[in-house]
Amino acid sequence: MELLFESLFNGVAIGSVLMVAALGLAIVFGLMGVINLAHGELIMLGAYTTYVVQLIFKLPALQSIYWAYILVAIPLAFVVSGVVGILLERTVIRRLYGNPLETLLATWGVSLILQQFVRSVPLAYAAGFIFALLVGFSFPFLLPKKLLEGPSAKLFKATGWFVSAIAGILLAGGLATQISTISRANSRNVDVTAPRWMRGGIEWMNLTFPVPRLVIIAMTILAVLAVFWFLNRSVWGMRIRAVTQNRSMSDCLGIPTDTVDVLTFGIGSGLAGVAGVAVSLLGSVGPNVGSSYIVGCFMVVVLGGVGNLFGTILASFSIGLLTDLIGAGRLLSLWPNMPSPLAVTVDFFATTSMAQVMIFALIVIFLQFRPGGLFPLKGRTVEA
Amino acid sequence: MFPIQIRRIAGGAAFSLVAFSLASCGSGDQAVKYDDTVKVGILHSLTGTMAISESTLVDTEKMAIDEINAAGGVTVDGKKYKIEYIVEDGASDWPTFAEKSKKLIDQDKVPVVFGGWTSASRKAMLPVYESKDAFLYYPIQYEGQECSNNIFYTGATPNQQSEPATEFMFKKSPAAGKPFFLVGSDYVFPRTSNTITKSQVAQLGGKVVGEDYLPLGNTEVAPIIAKIKKALPDGGVIINTLNGDQNVAFFKQIQDAGITPAKGYYVMNYSIAEEEISTIGSEFLEGHYGAWNYMMSIDTPASKKFASDFQAKYGADRKVADPQESAYNMVYLWKAAVEKANSFDNDKVRKALVGIEFAGPQGPVKVMPNHHLSQTVRIGQITADGQFKILEESDGPVAPQAWNQIHPDSKGYSCDWTDPNKGGKYKL
Repeated sequence: MELLFESLFNGVAIGSVLMVAALGLAIVFGLMGVINLAHGELIMLGAYTTYVVQLIFKLPALQSIYWAYILVAIPLAFVVSGVVGILLERTVIRRLYGNPLETLLATWGVSLILQQFVRSVPLAYAAGFIFALLVGFSFPFLLPKKLLEGPSAKLFKATGWFVSAIAGILLAGGLATQISTISRANSRNVDVTAPRWMRGGIEWMNLTFPVPRLVIIAMTILAVLAVFWFLNRSVWGMRIRAVTQNRSMSDCLGIPTDTVDVLTFGIGSGLAGVAGVAVSLLGSVGPNVGSSYIVGCFMVVVLGGVGNLFGTILASFSIGLLTDLIGAGRLLSLWPNMPSPLAVTVDFFATTSMAQVMIFALIVIFLQFRPGGLFPLKGRTVEA
Repeated sequence: MFPIQIRRIAGGAAFSLVAFSLASCGSGDQAVKYDDTVKVGILHSLTGTMAISESTLVDTEKMAIDEINAAGGVTVDGKKYKIEYIVEDGASDWPTFAEKSKKLIDQDKVPVVFGGWTSASRKAMLPVYESKDAFLYYPIQYEGQECSNNIFYTGATPNQQSEPATEFMFKKSPAAGKPFFLVGSDYVFPRTSNTITKSQVAQLGGKVVGEDYLPLGNTEVAPIIAKIKKALPDGGVIINTLNGDQNVAFFKQIQDAGITPAKGYYVMNYSIAEEEISTIGSEFLEGHYGAWNYMMSIDTPASKKFASDFQAKYGADRKVADPQESAYNMVYLWKAAVEKANSFDNDKVRKALVGIEFAGPQGPVKVMPNHHLSQTVRIGQITADGQFKILEESDGPVAPQAWNQIHPDSKGYSCDWTDPNKGGKYKL
């Protein structure tokens, strides 16, 4: 019983990391059909955001509320990755809609650019740059519409970008002078130190539940619920689904498909940022942190069935459970009197690397029989 | 061995380092009159994933060369030679190491190349140096099982690091006599090292109750933690050969899962030096162990001078660690060999090299006939301030075994390049 419970918890813990990392991709790849190889780097940006927020909370003025930094980090990581995602969509991806191969190559290039970006640009300036983008993008929404449609619209737009540039420089300068560690470029991996309440484990019934894992599971549940609410209950969510199902008909009915694309991509990217916060709790944060998750993300989305969130959830938790079941050698403890040829095989696969091989093999076999994944799409979109 | 990826150096700092060394060369010129110059090659990764680690070696080698130049350079045949260096970039790409080696040997005609970090890069360079009969100095502790006439190894072999460490853990650590669990990244160094550890633990009468390897780049440690808890319910020894940032994930997660020194779990690390401690965070490592030849906390004038010279040149927040000390020693050993041979000729230098002694920052080292160094072995416990508290030190330098005497594949073999009848691998 205890064993079953521990295995279940471990499986859910591993699965929830996969889930939170793949959730954004499930939207971008699943709903929009965009193969975004830079998804991992959006996760990385979220992790770096967490790192910067953590450093800000270590300043003397904020040290007393250090425990709360994660509450700031989550929305901020969402915004940062979302803004970069929107920039990516506006500049690169929207010119390549309908060309999956070119999108794949272009986003791979972007992922390399982003990796080098965090290596060679000091984080303080990177933060300033992203802040300037954020102010610049939101400026038109802050001004009354009349001004932007008037004769001097160009002037106001230019002023907007000027103001945002100043804001960015001020933030960069402020961060660089206050926190010396991010005033220089650093290609080393950095470490996010969790506050005391998020460290250690909770002991219960002879089992230890690591607190960071519990936090990640909670984050995953909240993120999934938020996405479901948004897609099914909000106006824009319904528009997104409408565009997914039939783009030209939605266009005819007056849905601004262009805006919907930006929004969908922005939300998908923002969720990658949230995943970055989760990932930073488990290991170190470095330029390559995203690339170690990207394969897992695609695996989850493909296994779950492209375009189906339920499939993504089911896929990530089954992979999590399988990883624990095979990798930690649970089968042997569940069935100790296994016939010896079988026991030897099970034992052979009971290492982390071989478990991965086994899971990939199982997925490949599964996809032979169900090429559409767990929940294949049915209906009009399939033909379109 | 393979990468300890996390090492301090800011990407852009390379430029300022060049500026630094030029400046110091300049000041050296005024003090000493040279008759001629000799060019040596420095070949490490300055770009790519290994750059962070390997650039610290470039810094140290430049420092050693500048020191030698300031003290009058290399004297051969009564002539004072100033050492100039040509730095090439291996780019973390193993074929590039071989290519750049050819360039340094054929085009620049350097008598010696200081270079490499990963075993993969060394294996790629080896045929180049053997076919051209040139000389490579390699400064990293590694898995052994190699002995080339054209490579000179200044890092530790397993019997100078992992074997004494295993014995210490089994006999003297707080977990003495308890079972072992082996964790490593999935590539040649951890697997070879763990093969040796398994045989050794069996010889000592202990038990290895499990081992697992994490694929490079993977940071999901949960299944390994589950296995450790199952295999070592009452604590024990964990031998860790994980690589780079995988260590961060490992130590963060085992602490949360209750695998801590307070509960009787002690981790012995073979790839965590002072630099890595500061990256991982000493709060996760305090109370665990490490084994090296050099540790920054060695309390001798030579060690302190090495650390303070390095910090004076490159910044007070920099650290020195075992790989850098090896790199520093090898430059001085080459100088001593050239002066003893009184020539830059490869054959003469090679003959002169064996038997040379040098008082390095770790203490005396000596070049042995198998082209490895005899060095002192130290076991330390990691402290809250990110240093090692040295618990044990071998009685003087330990002789290197290129061919491991515990590993079943190499037991009973040895290497001796001074005797033409013996060579790279002969039966004892």
